[in-house]
Amino acid sequence: MTRVIKYIFYDILRTRFIILYAAFLFISTCSLFQLDSDSNKVVLSLLNIVLMVVPLVSVVFTTIHFFNSYEFIELMLAQPVHRKFIFLGEYMSVAVSLCMAYIIGIGVPSLLFSADSSAITLLFTGIILTLVFVSLAFLSSVLTRDKAKAIGIALLFWFYFSLLYDGLLLWVVYSFPDYPLEKVTLALIAFNPVDLARIIMLLQLDISALMGYTGAFYKEFFGSNTGMIFSTSILILWIILPIWAALRIFLKKDL
Amino acid sequence: MISFVDVSKKFNKLKALEQVTLDLQTAKSYALIGPNGSGKTTLIKTLLGLVLPTSGEILFDEKNIAHDWKYREKIGYMPQIGRYPDNMSIGQLVDMMKNIRQDPEKVDEELIDAFKLYKIYDKRMHALSGGTRQKVSAALAFLFNAPVLVLDEPTAGLDPVSVEILKEKIIAEKSRGKLLLITSHILNDLDELTSDVVYIFEGMLQYNNTIQALKEETNEKRLSKAIVTMIKQKELISSVTE
Repeated sequence: MTRVIKYIFYDILRTRFIILYAAFLFISTCSLFQLDSDSNKVVLSLLNIVLMVVPLVSVVFTTIHFFNSYEFIELMLAQPVHRKFIFLGEYMSVAVSLCMAYIIGIGVPSLLFSADSSAITLLFTGIILTLVFVSLAFLSSVLTRDKAKAIGIALLFWFYFSLLYDGLLLWVVYSFPDYPLEKVTLALIAFNPVDLARIIMLLQLDISALMGYTGAFYKEFFGSNTGMIFSTSILILWIILPIWAALRIFLKKDL
Repeated sequence: MISFVDVSKKFNKLKALEQVTLDLQTAKSYALIGPNGSGKTTLIKTLLGLVLPTSGEILFDEKNIAHDWKYREKIGYMPQIGRYPDNMSIGQLVDMMKNIRQDPEKVDEELIDAFKLYKIYDKRMHALSGGTRQKVSAALAFLFNAPVLVLDEPTAGLDPVSVEILKEKIIAEKSRGKLLLITSHILNDLDELTSDVVYIFEGMLQYNNTIQALKEETNEKRLSKAIVTMIKQKELISSVTE
Protein backbone atom coordinates (compact mmCIF):
# COMPACT_ATOMS: atom_id res chain seq x y z
CA MET A 1 0.00 0.00 0.00
CA THR A 2 2.84 2.40 0.77
CA ARG A 3 4.15 1.94 -2.77
CA VAL A 4 0.77 2.87 -4.20
CA ILE A 5 0.60 5.95 -1.97
CA LYS A 6 4.07 6.98 -3.04
CA TYR A 7 3.13 7.10 -6.72
CA ILE A 8 -0.16 8.92 -6.18
CA PHE A 9 1.61 11.42 -3.96
CA TYR A 10 4.21 12.22 -6.63
CA ASP A 11 1.42 12.64 -9.13
CA ILE A 12 -0.46 15.13 -6.93
CA LEU A 13 2.64 17.21 -6.23
CA ARG A 14 3.31 17.41 -9.95
CA THR A 15 -0.03 19.12 -10.63
CA ARG A 16 1.12 22.35 -8.87
CA PHE A 17 -2.42 23.02 -7.71
CA ILE A 18 -1.54 22.08 -4.15
CA ILE A 19 1.40 24.51 -4.18
CA LEU A 20 -0.82 27.34 -5.44
CA TYR A 21 -3.39 26.56 -2.75
CA ALA A 22 -0.76 26.64 -0.01
CA ALA A 23 0.64 29.90 -1.40
CA PHE A 24 -2.82 31.49 -1.48
CA LEU A 25 -3.48 30.57 2.17
CA PHE A 26 0.01 31.68 3.18
CA ILE A 27 -0.31 35.10 1.56
CA SER A 28 -3.79 35.79 2.94
CA THR A 29 -2.77 34.74 6.46
CA CYS A 30 0.37 36.88 6.42
CA SER A 31 -1.46 39.93 5.05
CA LEU A 32 -4.23 39.61 7.66
CA PHE A 33 -1.66 39.50 10.43
CA GLN A 34 0.02 42.62 9.06
CA LEU A 35 -3.29 44.50 8.83
CA ASP A 36 -4.37 43.91 12.41
CA SER A 37 -2.41 43.59 15.61
CA ASP A 38 -5.18 41.89 17.59
CA SER A 39 -4.53 38.24 16.94
CA ASN A 40 -8.05 37.22 18.04
CA LYS A 41 -9.58 39.39 15.33
CA VAL A 42 -7.20 37.95 12.77
CA VAL A 43 -8.13 34.42 13.76
CA LEU A 44 -11.80 35.37 13.38
CA SER A 45 -11.20 36.68 9.85
CA LEU A 46 -9.18 33.58 9.05
CA LEU A 47 -12.04 31.46 10.37
CA ASN A 48 -14.33 32.86 7.68
CA ILE A 49 -11.78 31.94 5.00
CA VAL A 50 -11.33 28.49 6.48
CA LEU A 51 -15.06 27.79 6.66
CA MET A 52 -15.68 28.77 3.03
CA VAL A 53 -12.50 28.13 1.09
CA VAL A 54 -11.17 24.95 2.70
CA PRO A 55 -14.30 22.83 2.07
CA LEU A 56 -14.67 24.21 -1.46
CA VAL A 57 -11.08 23.53 -2.46
CA SER A 58 -11.21 20.09 -0.82
CA VAL A 59 -14.28 18.91 -2.70
CA VAL A 60 -13.29 20.31 -6.10
CA PHE A 61 -9.68 19.14 -5.96
CA THR A 62 -10.63 15.66 -4.71
CA THR A 63 -13.25 14.96 -7.37
CA ILE A 64 -11.07 16.26 -10.19
CA HIS A 65 -8.12 14.24 -8.93
CA PHE A 66 -10.21 11.08 -8.60
CA PHE A 67 -11.43 11.25 -12.17
CA ASN A 68 -8.02 12.21 -13.51
CA SER A 69 -6.51 9.14 -11.89
CA TYR A 70 -9.18 6.82 -13.22
CA GLU A 71 -6.63 5.32 -15.61
CA PHE A 72 -4.23 4.75 -12.75
CA ILE A 73 -6.95 3.03 -10.71
CA GLU A 74 -7.86 0.82 -13.66
CA LEU A 75 -4.23 -0.12 -14.18
CA MET A 76 -3.75 -0.96 -10.49
CA LEU A 77 -6.91 -3.06 -10.34
CA ALA A 78 -5.50 -5.47 -12.93
CA GLN A 79 -2.40 -5.90 -10.73
CA PRO A 80 -2.11 -8.03 -7.61
CA VAL A 81 -3.24 -5.24 -5.31
CA HIS A 82 -6.30 -5.27 -3.09
CA ARG A 83 -9.07 -2.87 -4.12
CA LYS A 84 -9.25 -1.55 -0.58
CA PHE A 85 -5.60 -0.52 -0.65
CA ILE A 86 -5.98 1.32 -3.94
CA PHE A 87 -8.95 3.27 -2.64
CA LEU A 88 -7.53 4.04 0.78
CA GLY A 89 -4.21 4.90 -0.86
CA GLU A 90 -6.01 7.48 -3.00
CA TYR A 91 -7.78 8.86 0.07
CA MET A 92 -4.64 9.07 2.17
CA SER A 93 -2.57 10.79 -0.46
CA VAL A 94 -5.23 13.37 -1.31
CA ALA A 95 -6.00 14.03 2.36
CA VAL A 96 -2.36 14.27 3.38
CA SER A 97 -1.43 16.63 0.56
CA LEU A 98 -4.39 18.96 1.21
CA CYS A 99 -3.68 18.95 4.96
CA MET A 100 -0.02 19.70 4.31
CA ALA A 101 -0.95 22.65 2.11
CA TYR A 102 -3.25 23.90 4.87
CA ILE A 103 -0.62 23.52 7.59
CA ILE A 104 1.98 25.33 5.51
CA GLY A 105 -0.48 28.02 4.36
CA ILE A 106 -2.26 28.83 7.61
CA GLY A 107 -0.55 26.89 10.38
CA VAL A 108 3.02 28.08 9.92
CA PRO A 109 2.33 31.85 9.67
CA SER A 110 -0.31 31.93 12.42
CA LEU A 111 1.93 30.00 14.81
CA LEU A 112 4.77 32.38 13.95
CA PHE A 113 2.71 35.53 14.53
CA SER A 114 0.75 34.34 17.56
CA ALA A 115 1.15 30.87 18.95
CA ASP A 116 -1.84 30.73 21.27
CA SER A 117 -4.64 28.24 21.82
CA SER A 118 -7.00 29.90 19.34
CA ALA A 119 -4.46 29.54 16.51
CA ILE A 120 -4.03 25.88 17.39
CA THR A 121 -7.81 25.37 17.46
CA LEU A 122 -8.07 27.03 14.04
CA LEU A 123 -5.41 24.67 12.71
CA PHE A 124 -7.22 21.69 14.19
CA THR A 125 -10.68 22.61 12.85
CA GLY A 126 -9.26 23.34 9.39
CA ILE A 127 -7.62 19.92 9.18
CA ILE A 128 -10.78 18.18 10.36
CA LEU A 129 -12.87 20.10 7.83
CA THR A 130 -10.45 19.17 5.04
CA LEU A 131 -10.76 15.49 5.95
CA VAL A 132 -14.57 15.66 6.15
CA PHE A 133 -14.93 17.24 2.74
CA VAL A 134 -12.37 14.95 1.11
CA SER A 135 -14.49 12.05 2.40
CA LEU A 136 -17.67 13.57 1.03
CA ALA A 137 -16.00 14.23 -2.32
CA PHE A 138 -14.84 10.60 -2.55
CA LEU A 139 -18.40 9.53 -1.86
CA SER A 140 -19.73 11.69 -4.67
CA SER A 141 -16.97 10.41 -7.00
CA VAL A 142 -17.91 6.75 -6.60
CA LEU A 143 -21.63 7.45 -6.90
CA THR A 144 -21.39 8.21 -10.59
CA ARG A 145 -19.19 7.50 -13.60
CA ASP A 146 -19.55 10.99 -14.97
CA LYS A 147 -16.97 13.57 -13.93
CA ALA A 148 -19.28 16.57 -14.32
CA LYS A 149 -22.02 14.90 -12.29
CA ALA A 150 -19.58 13.99 -9.53
CA ILE A 151 -18.28 17.55 -9.28
CA GLY A 152 -21.89 18.71 -9.23
CA ILE A 153 -22.76 16.43 -6.32
CA ALA A 154 -19.61 17.43 -4.46
CA LEU A 155 -20.37 21.14 -4.95
CA LEU A 156 -23.90 20.49 -3.75
CA PHE A 157 -22.48 19.08 -0.51
CA TRP A 158 -20.42 22.22 -0.08
CA PHE A 159 -23.29 24.54 -0.97
CA TYR A 160 -25.66 22.70 1.35
CA PHE A 161 -23.39 22.63 4.37
CA SER A 162 -21.88 26.09 3.95
CA LEU A 163 -24.97 28.08 3.00
CA LEU A 164 -28.28 26.24 2.84
CA TYR A 165 -28.14 24.40 6.14
CA ASP A 166 -27.82 27.62 8.17
CA GLY A 167 -30.86 29.04 6.45
CA LEU A 168 -32.90 25.93 7.16
CA LEU A 169 -31.82 25.98 10.80
CA LEU A 170 -32.81 29.64 11.18
CA TRP A 171 -36.13 28.89 9.52
CA VAL A 172 -36.81 26.11 12.06
CA VAL A 173 -35.91 28.37 14.99
CA TYR A 174 -38.07 31.23 13.72
CA SER A 175 -41.02 29.01 12.87
CA PHE A 176 -41.26 27.53 16.36
CA PRO A 177 -40.34 30.38 18.69
CA ASP A 178 -42.73 29.20 21.41
CA TYR A 179 -41.00 25.89 21.91
CA PRO A 180 -37.80 25.17 23.83
CA LEU A 181 -35.53 24.41 20.88
CA GLU A 182 -32.09 24.42 22.51
CA LYS A 183 -31.66 20.68 22.53
CA VAL A 184 -33.18 20.33 19.05
CA THR A 185 -30.86 22.91 17.49
CA LEU A 186 -27.96 21.32 19.31
CA ALA A 187 -28.87 18.01 17.70
CA LEU A 188 -29.44 19.63 14.31
CA ILE A 189 -26.02 21.27 14.41
CA ALA A 190 -24.43 17.84 14.71
CA PHE A 191 -25.69 17.20 11.18
CA ASN A 192 -23.55 19.97 9.77
CA PRO A 193 -19.75 19.63 10.06
CA VAL A 194 -19.18 23.28 9.09
CA ASP A 195 -21.38 24.48 11.96
CA LEU A 196 -19.63 22.17 14.41
CA ALA A 197 -16.27 23.57 13.36
CA ARG A 198 -17.56 27.13 13.60
CA ILE A 199 -18.90 26.57 17.11
CA ILE A 200 -15.72 24.97 18.38
CA MET A 201 -13.86 28.00 17.07
CA LEU A 202 -16.26 30.69 18.37
CA LEU A 203 -16.27 29.17 21.84
CA GLN A 204 -12.50 29.13 21.80
CA LEU A 205 -12.43 32.83 20.88
CA ASP A 206 -14.85 33.53 23.76
CA ILE A 207 -17.27 35.64 21.75
CA SER A 208 -20.16 33.29 22.36
CA ALA A 209 -21.77 36.09 24.36
CA LEU A 210 -22.61 37.53 20.93
CA MET A 211 -24.63 34.45 20.20
CA GLY A 212 -27.41 35.26 22.70
CA TYR A 213 -29.36 32.78 24.71
CA THR A 214 -28.62 29.76 22.52
CA GLY A 215 -25.00 30.84 22.56
CA ALA A 216 -24.98 30.69 26.32
CA PHE A 217 -26.57 27.28 26.17
CA TYR A 218 -23.90 26.10 23.73
CA LYS A 219 -21.24 27.55 25.95
CA GLU A 220 -22.64 25.57 28.82
CA PHE A 221 -22.70 22.43 26.73
CA PHE A 222 -19.79 22.75 24.34
CA GLY A 223 -17.53 24.81 26.59
CA SER A 224 -17.15 21.96 29.00
CA ASN A 225 -14.66 19.23 28.20
CA THR A 226 -17.41 16.73 27.44
CA GLY A 227 -18.79 19.20 24.89
CA MET A 228 -15.44 19.41 23.13
CA ILE A 229 -15.10 15.64 23.08
CA PHE A 230 -18.68 15.33 21.83
CA SER A 231 -18.25 17.75 18.93
CA THR A 232 -14.88 16.35 17.94
CA SER A 233 -16.16 12.79 17.90
CA ILE A 234 -19.15 13.84 15.78
CA LEU A 235 -16.72 15.46 13.35
CA ILE A 236 -14.65 12.27 13.25
CA LEU A 237 -17.84 10.38 12.43
CA TRP A 238 -18.31 12.86 9.59
CA ILE A 239 -14.92 11.76 8.27
CA ILE A 240 -15.36 8.03 8.71
CA LEU A 241 -18.97 7.47 7.60
CA PRO A 242 -18.74 8.94 4.07
CA ILE A 243 -15.40 7.28 3.32
CA TRP A 244 -16.70 3.98 4.65
CA ALA A 245 -19.80 4.22 2.46
CA ALA A 246 -17.62 5.21 -0.50
CA LEU A 247 -15.33 2.22 0.10
CA ARG A 248 -18.31 -0.14 0.23
CA ILE A 249 -19.53 1.17 -3.12
CA PHE A 250 -16.06 1.11 -4.66
CA LEU A 251 -15.50 -2.54 -3.69
CA LYS A 252 -18.55 -3.50 -5.73
CA LYS A 253 -18.04 -1.11 -8.62
CA ASP A 254 -17.50 -2.28 -12.19
CA LEU A 255 -14.66 -0.53 -13.94
CA MET B 1 -6.72 -23.95 -14.21
CA ILE B 2 -9.47 -21.36 -14.65
CA SER B 3 -13.13 -22.24 -14.56
CA PHE B 4 -16.18 -20.09 -14.99
CA VAL B 5 -19.22 -21.62 -13.30
CA ASP B 6 -22.60 -20.22 -14.38
CA VAL B 7 -21.26 -16.69 -14.61
CA SER B 8 -23.86 -14.07 -15.45
CA LYS B 9 -23.48 -10.32 -15.62
CA LYS B 10 -26.16 -7.71 -16.07
CA PHE B 11 -25.58 -4.03 -16.67
CA ASN B 12 -28.93 -2.64 -15.63
CA LYS B 13 -31.19 -4.45 -18.11
CA LEU B 14 -28.52 -5.43 -20.59
CA LYS B 15 -27.38 -9.01 -20.19
CA ALA B 16 -23.66 -8.99 -20.97
CA LEU B 17 -23.03 -12.59 -19.92
CA GLU B 18 -25.55 -15.35 -19.44
CA GLN B 19 -24.62 -18.44 -17.47
CA VAL B 20 -21.23 -18.93 -19.01
CA THR B 21 -19.62 -22.18 -17.91
CA LEU B 22 -16.14 -22.63 -19.26
CA ASP B 23 -12.96 -24.48 -18.32
CA LEU B 24 -9.58 -23.18 -19.36
CA GLN B 25 -6.67 -25.55 -18.99
CA THR B 26 -3.02 -24.79 -18.63
CA ALA B 27 -0.69 -25.26 -21.63
CA LYS B 28 -3.56 -24.51 -23.99
CA SER B 29 -4.18 -21.46 -26.07
CA TYR B 30 -7.73 -20.20 -26.48
CA ALA B 31 -9.15 -17.92 -29.13
CA LEU B 32 -12.08 -15.98 -27.70
CA ILE B 33 -14.22 -14.84 -30.57
CA GLY B 34 -17.62 -13.30 -31.13
CA PRO B 35 -19.14 -10.22 -32.75
CA ASN B 36 -18.76 -6.72 -31.28
CA GLY B 37 -20.59 -6.36 -28.01
CA SER B 38 -21.01 -10.08 -27.49
CA GLY B 39 -19.37 -10.02 -24.06
CA LYS B 40 -15.74 -10.95 -24.78
CA THR B 41 -14.21 -8.04 -22.90
CA THR B 42 -16.73 -8.42 -20.08
CA LEU B 43 -15.71 -12.06 -19.72
CA ILE B 44 -12.04 -11.06 -19.51
CA LYS B 45 -12.82 -8.29 -17.05
CA THR B 46 -14.70 -10.65 -14.76
CA LEU B 47 -11.65 -12.91 -14.75
CA LEU B 48 -9.50 -9.96 -13.65
CA GLY B 49 -12.01 -8.81 -11.06
CA LEU B 50 -12.54 -5.48 -12.81
CA VAL B 51 -16.18 -6.39 -13.31
CA LEU B 52 -17.96 -8.36 -10.61
CA PRO B 53 -20.39 -11.02 -11.88
CA THR B 54 -24.06 -10.73 -10.90
CA SER B 55 -24.15 -14.45 -10.20
CA GLY B 56 -21.92 -17.48 -10.56
CA GLU B 57 -18.31 -17.87 -9.60
CA ILE B 58 -14.88 -17.98 -11.16
CA LEU B 59 -12.25 -20.39 -9.88
CA PHE B 60 -8.55 -19.85 -10.37
CA ASP B 61 -6.45 -22.83 -9.35
CA GLU B 62 -9.64 -24.15 -7.72
CA LYS B 63 -9.96 -21.07 -5.53
CA ASN B 64 -12.82 -18.61 -5.83
CA ILE B 65 -11.48 -15.26 -6.99
CA ALA B 66 -14.18 -13.17 -5.31
CA HIS B 67 -12.52 -10.97 -2.65
CA ASP B 68 -9.17 -12.39 -3.63
CA TRP B 69 -6.39 -10.45 -5.35
CA LYS B 70 -3.28 -12.58 -4.99
CA TYR B 71 -4.16 -14.69 -8.02
CA ARG B 72 -3.61 -11.66 -10.25
CA GLU B 73 0.13 -12.17 -9.77
CA LYS B 74 -0.27 -15.07 -12.16
CA ILE B 75 -1.99 -13.10 -14.90
CA GLY B 76 -0.40 -10.87 -17.50
CA TYR B 77 -3.10 -8.67 -18.98
CA MET B 78 -3.00 -6.63 -22.13
CA PRO B 79 -6.10 -4.41 -22.34
CA GLN B 80 -7.90 -3.54 -25.55
CA ILE B 81 -7.36 0.16 -24.98
CA GLY B 82 -4.40 0.79 -22.72
CA ARG B 83 -5.12 3.73 -20.43
CA TYR B 84 -2.21 4.99 -18.39
CA PRO B 85 -1.52 7.94 -16.09
CA ASP B 86 -0.93 10.86 -18.44
CA ASN B 87 2.04 12.57 -16.89
CA MET B 88 4.08 9.46 -16.29
CA SER B 89 6.89 8.47 -18.66
CA ILE B 90 7.28 4.96 -20.08
CA GLY B 91 10.32 4.34 -17.88
CA GLN B 92 8.50 5.43 -14.73
CA LEU B 93 5.54 3.26 -15.66
CA VAL B 94 7.74 0.18 -16.09
CA ASP B 95 9.53 0.93 -12.81
CA MET B 96 6.22 1.37 -11.03
CA MET B 97 4.88 -1.92 -12.29
CA LYS B 98 8.03 -3.69 -11.15
CA ASN B 99 7.67 -1.99 -7.78
CA ILE B 100 4.03 -2.94 -7.34
CA ARG B 101 4.66 -6.61 -8.00
CA GLN B 102 6.34 -7.88 -4.89
CA ASP B 103 8.56 -10.49 -6.52
CA PRO B 104 10.02 -9.27 -9.78
CA GLU B 105 12.70 -11.99 -9.68
CA LYS B 106 12.73 -12.92 -13.31
CA VAL B 107 11.58 -9.99 -15.35
CA ASP B 108 11.10 -10.63 -19.04
CA GLU B 109 12.16 -7.50 -20.93
CA GLU B 110 12.34 -9.16 -24.33
CA LEU B 111 9.48 -7.15 -25.78
CA ILE B 112 10.82 -3.85 -24.43
CA ASP B 113 14.02 -4.58 -26.32
CA ALA B 114 12.26 -5.88 -29.43
CA PHE B 115 9.99 -2.83 -29.67
CA LYS B 116 12.96 -0.55 -28.83
CA LEU B 117 10.94 1.07 -26.07
CA TYR B 118 14.03 1.92 -24.02
CA LYS B 119 14.84 4.56 -26.66
CA ILE B 120 11.72 6.52 -25.72
CA TYR B 121 11.81 5.77 -21.99
CA ASP B 122 11.42 9.42 -20.99
CA LYS B 123 8.43 10.11 -23.25
CA ARG B 124 5.24 10.93 -21.38
CA MET B 125 2.28 8.59 -21.84
CA HIS B 126 -0.05 11.28 -23.20
CA ALA B 127 2.39 12.03 -26.04
CA LEU B 128 2.31 8.46 -27.35
CA SER B 129 0.53 7.30 -30.49
CA GLY B 130 -2.08 4.54 -30.27
CA GLY B 131 0.33 1.96 -31.65
CA THR B 132 3.11 2.84 -29.23
CA ARG B 133 0.67 2.62 -26.35
CA GLN B 134 -0.28 -0.81 -27.60
CA LYS B 135 3.41 -1.79 -27.59
CA VAL B 136 3.73 -0.59 -24.00
CA SER B 137 0.64 -2.61 -23.03
CA ALA B 138 2.11 -5.72 -24.66
CA ALA B 139 5.50 -5.23 -22.99
CA LEU B 140 3.84 -4.84 -19.57
CA ALA B 141 1.68 -7.94 -20.06
CA PHE B 142 4.72 -10.12 -20.75
CA LEU B 143 6.99 -8.40 -18.21
CA PHE B 144 6.41 -10.68 -15.24
CA ASN B 145 6.50 -14.10 -16.85
CA ALA B 146 2.97 -14.81 -15.66
CA PRO B 147 1.69 -18.36 -16.28
CA VAL B 148 -1.59 -16.99 -17.65
CA LEU B 149 -1.67 -14.40 -20.42
CA VAL B 150 -4.86 -12.56 -21.29
CA LEU B 151 -4.58 -10.53 -24.48
CA ASP B 152 -7.50 -8.39 -25.60
CA GLU B 153 -7.05 -7.59 -29.31
CA PRO B 154 -3.25 -7.70 -29.11
CA THR B 155 -2.47 -6.91 -32.75
CA ALA B 156 -4.99 -4.10 -33.32
CA GLY B 157 -3.27 -0.85 -34.26
CA LEU B 158 0.24 -2.27 -34.55
CA ASP B 159 2.40 -1.92 -37.64
CA PRO B 160 3.20 -5.14 -39.59
CA VAL B 161 6.74 -5.48 -38.20
CA SER B 162 5.54 -5.13 -34.60
CA VAL B 163 2.69 -7.57 -35.24
CA GLU B 164 5.26 -10.16 -36.30
CA ILE B 165 7.42 -9.50 -33.23
CA LEU B 166 4.40 -9.84 -30.95
CA LYS B 167 3.18 -13.00 -32.68
CA GLU B 168 6.60 -14.62 -32.37
CA LYS B 169 6.60 -13.76 -28.68
CA ILE B 170 3.13 -15.21 -28.19
CA ILE B 171 4.10 -18.45 -29.97
CA ALA B 172 7.26 -18.68 -27.84
CA GLU B 173 5.26 -18.28 -24.64
CA LYS B 174 2.69 -20.79 -25.87
CA SER B 175 5.43 -23.39 -26.39
CA ARG B 176 6.58 -22.76 -22.79
CA GLY B 177 3.27 -24.20 -21.61
CA LYS B 178 1.43 -21.04 -20.65
CA LEU B 179 -2.30 -20.60 -20.71
CA LEU B 180 -3.26 -18.02 -23.31
CA LEU B 181 -6.59 -16.34 -23.81
CA ILE B 182 -6.65 -14.16 -26.91
CA THR B 183 -9.45 -12.18 -28.46
CA SER B 184 -9.16 -10.86 -31.96
CA HIS B 185 -11.15 -10.18 -35.06
CA ILE B 186 -8.22 -11.08 -37.28
CA LEU B 187 -8.92 -14.78 -37.54
CA ASN B 188 -5.83 -15.59 -39.60
CA ASP B 189 -3.70 -14.46 -36.66
CA LEU B 190 -5.62 -16.72 -34.31
CA ASP B 191 -5.08 -19.69 -36.60
CA GLU B 192 -1.36 -19.49 -35.89
CA LEU B 193 -1.55 -18.50 -32.26
CA THR B 194 -4.26 -20.66 -30.71
CA SER B 195 -5.28 -24.25 -30.39
CA ASP B 196 -8.86 -23.93 -29.13
CA VAL B 197 -11.89 -21.84 -30.06
CA VAL B 198 -14.33 -20.31 -27.60
CA TYR B 199 -17.20 -18.61 -29.38
CA ILE B 200 -19.63 -16.41 -27.53
CA PHE B 201 -22.67 -14.68 -28.93
CA GLU B 202 -24.98 -12.30 -27.06
CA GLY B 203 -23.35 -13.24 -23.78
CA MET B 204 -23.86 -16.96 -24.22
CA LEU B 205 -21.20 -19.59 -24.80
CA GLN B 206 -21.92 -21.15 -28.19
CA TYR B 207 -18.92 -23.28 -29.00
CA ASN B 208 -15.87 -24.59 -27.18
CA ASN B 209 -13.58 -27.09 -28.84
CA THR B 210 -10.22 -27.39 -30.56
CA ILE B 211 -9.61 -25.61 -33.85
CA GLN B 212 -8.85 -28.98 -35.43
CA ALA B 213 -12.27 -30.32 -34.42
CA LEU B 214 -13.99 -27.19 -35.70
CA LYS B 215 -12.27 -27.50 -39.07
CA GLU B 216 -13.26 -31.15 -39.36
CA GLU B 217 -16.86 -30.47 -38.37
CA THR B 218 -17.24 -27.77 -40.98
CA ASN B 219 -15.02 -29.32 -43.67
CA GLU B 220 -13.04 -26.12 -44.01
CA LYS B 221 -9.28 -25.70 -44.13
CA ARG B 222 -9.05 -22.15 -42.84
CA LEU B 223 -10.20 -20.99 -39.45
CA SER B 224 -11.96 -17.90 -40.78
CA LYS B 225 -14.06 -19.95 -43.22
CA ALA B 226 -14.72 -22.60 -40.58
CA ILE B 227 -16.07 -20.03 -38.14
CA VAL B 228 -18.30 -18.40 -40.70
CA THR B 229 -19.69 -21.85 -41.62
CA MET B 230 -20.19 -22.69 -37.95
CA ILE B 231 -22.11 -19.45 -37.37
CA LYS B 232 -24.30 -20.12 -40.40
CA GLN B 233 -25.01 -23.65 -39.19
CA LYS B 234 -25.99 -22.31 -35.77
CA GLU B 235 -28.30 -19.75 -37.37
CA LEU B 236 -29.88 -22.45 -39.48
CA ILE B 237 -30.45 -24.70 -36.48
CA SER B 238 -31.97 -21.89 -34.42
CA SER B 239 -34.28 -20.84 -37.26
CA VAL B 240 -35.48 -24.42 -37.64
CA THR B 241 -36.10 -24.93 -33.92
CA GLU B 242 -37.95 -21.62 -33.64
